[in-house]
Amino acid sequence: MEENTIKVTVVDRNGKTHEIDAPTDMNMNIMELVRAYELAPEGTIGICGGMAMCASCQCYIETTDIELPEMSVEEEDMLDQAFYVKENSRLGCQIFLKDELDGLKVTLAPESEVGD
Amino acid sequence: MIKTDILIIGAGPVGLFTVFEAGLLKLRCHLIDALPVPGGQLAEIYPKKPIYDIPGYPSVLAGDLISNLEEQIAPFQPTYTLGERAETIEKLEDGTFVVTTNKGTQHNAPVVAIAGGLGSFEPRKPPIKEIGDYEDKGVEYIIREPNFYKDKKVIVAGGGDSALDWSIFLTDIAKEVTLVHRRTEFRGALDSVEKVKELVKKGKINLLTESEVIAIHGKDKVESVTVKHASEGNKIIEVDHFIPLFGLSPKLGPIANWGLEIEKNAIVVDNATDYSTNIPGIFAIGDVNTYPGKLKLILCGFHEATIMVQSAYKIINPDAKKLVMKYTTVSGVTGFDGVKKEQQKAVTTKIQ
Repeated sequence: MEENTIKVTVVDRNGKTHEIDAPTDMNMNIMELVRAYELAPEGTIGICGGMAMCASCQCYIETTDIELPEMSVEEEDMLDQAFYVKENSRLGCQIFLKDELDGLKVTLAPESEVGD
Repeated sequence: MIKTDILIIGAGPVGLFTVFEAGLLKLRCHLIDALPVPGGQLAEIYPKKPIYDIPGYPSVLAGDLISNLEEQIAPFQPTYTLGERAETIEKLEDGTFVVTTNKGTQHNAPVVAIAGGLGSFEPRKPPIKEIGDYEDKGVEYIIREPNFYKDKKVIVAGGGDSALDWSIFLTDIAKEVTLVHRRTEFRGALDSVEKVKELVKKGKINLLTESEVIAIHGKDKVESVTVKHASEGNKIIEVDHFIPLFGLSPKLGPIANWGLEIEKNAIVVDNATDYSTNIPGIFAIGDVNTYPGKLKLILCGFHEATIMVQSAYKIINPDAKKLVMKYTTVSGVTGFDGVKKEQQKAVTTKIQ
């Protein structure tokens, strides 16, 4: 493993799998990683900027053997309001990249439809 | 027709501050916003969050920043069209623009400043396949006129404040109120939760927790919905109206069809000059624009607004002499009501 870099696999909203290098020394989270690699169009992810207030970065955690940080009340509340929520749903903006997450695989949840 | 000098689309922090900078140049502004109150994201998403990168404020709550901006621009008497979304734009022969909202309100101005942030806030739709077929036929995402539900059977879905508050409110109007929520806990304000509990006990609200509306039925309008319980299976409930209240989310919306150059969900502007778009007379400032090195920060939007109004002045006053920028510390601020804010004269007394 390169220093300060881990491998993260992201399945985008079109079902395409991307294995990417994720820096662990930049205080970045999964949402920001997805934006940095442009794996979802701007304006469809990270709308609230990472405050756990919009659920546009919802993702499903596909790996079971990697321990994730516990959910905050804010994250739980937001997921409670979101659509397409599953048992393994998390908000990407609340998962910060660090060495322990090497090998993590996530699938981006569908974008919520917004109407008039 | 509402007439103004600069028509600002979006009443977030950047749109509001534009009024100030325009006011210094004696230009009048009118703002359009889809939300019912000024403030944009700061009002809708995070009013209670502190912001730490507004110059001069070590920390300021988003909601306070908005009220401060409203106070700061008050001398320049901005006017508003709130709760309406800018829908279409048309360029007249005299070079001015007419912007029409979704409710048909028309605005005319020689300069349009789009300060639309991430777009207009629109309700989030639950992923029910047939929901689109029932919109305005019994499915409403926003309660516009509570009396519309008089003597009707209503089902409200959601677990936030608006779902709770409307359920409470509708018990006095509707014939039957059912509240559906996916979990057992509610995240709304404590007193709303208490009030709902009380109404459930009295039999005024039929509360279904750990449940979700998964299907809508009816010939030409909503007649019933299927509610799925986490462990007890599905049941069909007869209703006249289904009101999903799952909050709002921003969407660029109709602006995307105005002929502006769009890249990555944002409007491309010329950052070397004045944040003008590819259409002369239309500017884009704040989070809604993009250019090389763009940062979506409120403080950057304030700068963009300040530069932009200089060009707006030239468009509006083509024959005027060159503008001389005046510092507010030197000239003070003179509102459109004639009231002047300036430094208090020092009181001097002789020592004798």
